[in-house]
Amino acid sequence: MLRGNLSFDVAHLLAGSLVLVSFMQLYQDRLYALLNIFALHALVLAASVAWQAFIQDAPHLYLTATIALVFKAIVIPAALHRIIVRLGIHREIETVVGVGPAMLLGMGLVALSMVVMLRVTADADPLAREDLAFALSVVLLGLLMMVTRRNAVSQVIGFMSLENGLVLAATGAKGMPLVVEISVAFSVLIAFIVIGIFLFRIRERFDTVDVQALDRFRGERQ
Amino acid sequence: MIDALAGVLLIPAAAAALLALLPGYRMTARLNVVATLLTLLTAASLFVVEPTSGSYLLVDDLNKVFIVLTTFVGFTTSVFSASYIGHEMESGRLTPTFARFYHAMYQTLMFAMNLALVANNIGLMWVAIELATLTTVLMVGIYRTHEALEAAWKYFILGSVGIALALFGTILVYMAARPVIGEGVAAMVWTVLITKAARFDPALLNVAFVFLLLGYGTKVGLAPLHAWLPDAHAEGPTPISAVLSGLLLNVALYALLRFKMLLALNPGAIAPGPLMVTMGLISCVFAAFMLYRRRDIKRMFAYSSIEHMGIIVFAFGMGGALANFAGLLHMTMHSLTKSAIFFAVGHIAQVKGTQKIADIGGLTVSNPVLGWGLVLGVVAIAGLPPLGIFTSEFLVISSTFAREPWLAVILVFGILVALGGLFLRLGTIAFGAPRGPTAKADASYVPMFAHLAIVFTAGIYMPPALVAGFQNVAKLLG
Repeated sequence: MLRGNLSFDVAHLLAGSLVLVSFMQLYQDRLYALLNIFALHALVLAASVAWQAFIQDAPHLYLTATIALVFKAIVIPAALHRIIVRLGIHREIETVVGVGPAMLLGMGLVALSMVVMLRVTADADPLAREDLAFALSVVLLGLLMMVTRRNAVSQVIGFMSLENGLVLAATGAKGMPLVVEISVAFSVLIAFIVIGIFLFRIRERFDTVDVQALDRFRGERQ
Repeated sequence: MIDALAGVLLIPAAAAALLALLPGYRMTARLNVVATLLTLLTAASLFVVEPTSGSYLLVDDLNKVFIVLTTFVGFTTSVFSASYIGHEMESGRLTPTFARFYHAMYQTLMFAMNLALVANNIGLMWVAIELATLTTVLMVGIYRTHEALEAAWKYFILGSVGIALALFGTILVYMAARPVIGEGVAAMVWTVLITKAARFDPALLNVAFVFLLLGYGTKVGLAPLHAWLPDAHAEGPTPISAVLSGLLLNVALYALLRFKMLLALNPGAIAPGPLMVTMGLISCVFAAFMLYRRRDIKRMFAYSSIEHMGIIVFAFGMGGALANFAGLLHMTMHSLTKSAIFFAVGHIAQVKGTQKIADIGGLTVSNPVLGWGLVLGVVAIAGLPPLGIFTSEFLVISSTFAREPWLAVILVFGILVALGGLFLRLGTIAFGAPRGPTAKADASYVPMFAHLAIVFTAGIYMPPALVAGFQNVAKLLG
């Protein structure tokens, strides 16, 4: 029984932290800071997934946790960091909606997801219930971030934190098959998005995406 | 054991790998045609020998219709694509590397759509639709102009959010199924879900369906989630516009229909019909008005696709044997007609060197075959008798009038507004004195007229076997 309580508490703590980190993303107005907070987001997700793998005795989930850790907490932030440096947009401050309204909206969304999910899952076991409610909060906060930001990089970060919420939901649903495949599919999607921004932002800066501009770019890096 | 079911997946997958390696666009274009033809023949054989369904793949009467339609339009589009891409290569808009990439992506898209249709697992279906989204995004951005990249980006972001919401809905369906079926793969398998759906937690299913409707509805192009659709259609290569309108929207709709069947079996769940009816009506009327202010010819027909998807979703939302039959027929007719129109539009844009409606005029004089082909296509899509879309629209409206007269009035209003918008533009595009530059049309007219011939025939006579098949599927849909 003690172990049952402990496993519940830790899972609860980690899922709750993910929501908290989502809130922290909302008020970042510098891209570097936002990127660091996102890396933290992915780190918390990896810990949460690993904990689920442990308590559910589902070794394949460790793979999902590793993907979250290596790909989302290290590789993607590093790649985006490079893009930000290359494009010289690290000083940009951008918020479409002010911090105050964004936070208030965020709180409203979290309240909404609690009301919706806790009510409809009254019969499910408490862990899955709370996980799902937290996951929906993270998804909605990610969406909020995507609509309140104008910059392509921060939109992608919003999408990735939305996706972290989905992985949280999928791992919280005990015994769900294909979780690893789905997280791989999402990683591929994100990799494409990051490449996409790279091309997109180059166009904005040089007003062309022809191969020459890209070649010039590559030359600079080497 | 390789049966026809594996065939519709393996042929495009192998072709994609092969086309990615082979140089020379003439040969790859031909190979592309051969591969899609083989896929079509394999798909047609599903009607003769029905392979056994497993826990990952499934063939039943419902998806057979979709598979055959998908592979057929996939085949004719590849024929059109061969001449279209040839012209693009000659005019220098595409480099050989991109042409090779394009053909590999075309087959990958065929693979992804077939996989989504035969998937017996809701997780696998989701992965397939995601793959289809990715490939189309890459193809929409293939010209790498400012507008093309922006369209691809918009499609990417909206499409990703859509499939993310759909995944959340999928997870919720699993959560609803788990207490009844138990943990593991079985709780995501269609054939199992459908037998136990009555005992699922209705509250969870309701929330799941809302997410699925928003998620897959984005991919169907329902207003107000349609924002990606016109841009993606207008800026990508025209064969892709044809495939997007004719097939990919259907595939997303298919996913939605499957989940609708699931909800319909649960007595405690909300009726999914009214939600679909509302979104369908909004899409139809909204898109009909949007037709009037369009300056780009491909964008105009993209809005017409939104309008027709609205009608189809409306028909399936109404439900019942007759409305489902009408919806199914309308979907088939729309796929055939809209891709025929895009075949015409693709060559028109190449002949005129522009997609701007203001610069295109008098086509029936300058390029009679293309011009009259377009006229015929627009007459069909606007729903004039005796063509196929008239039949299906008539069935949708008459079945609605019997049950909800007011909804039918709104629908008729939308259809008439759209008809006005289409003919207003058609007048300047097709008739009068020729305007703008005219190059020689190096076109393949066969796919366009083949589609139009089918649509024309279906308006007058439908084979009893086809009617019986559609009626059977309509009954399945409930």
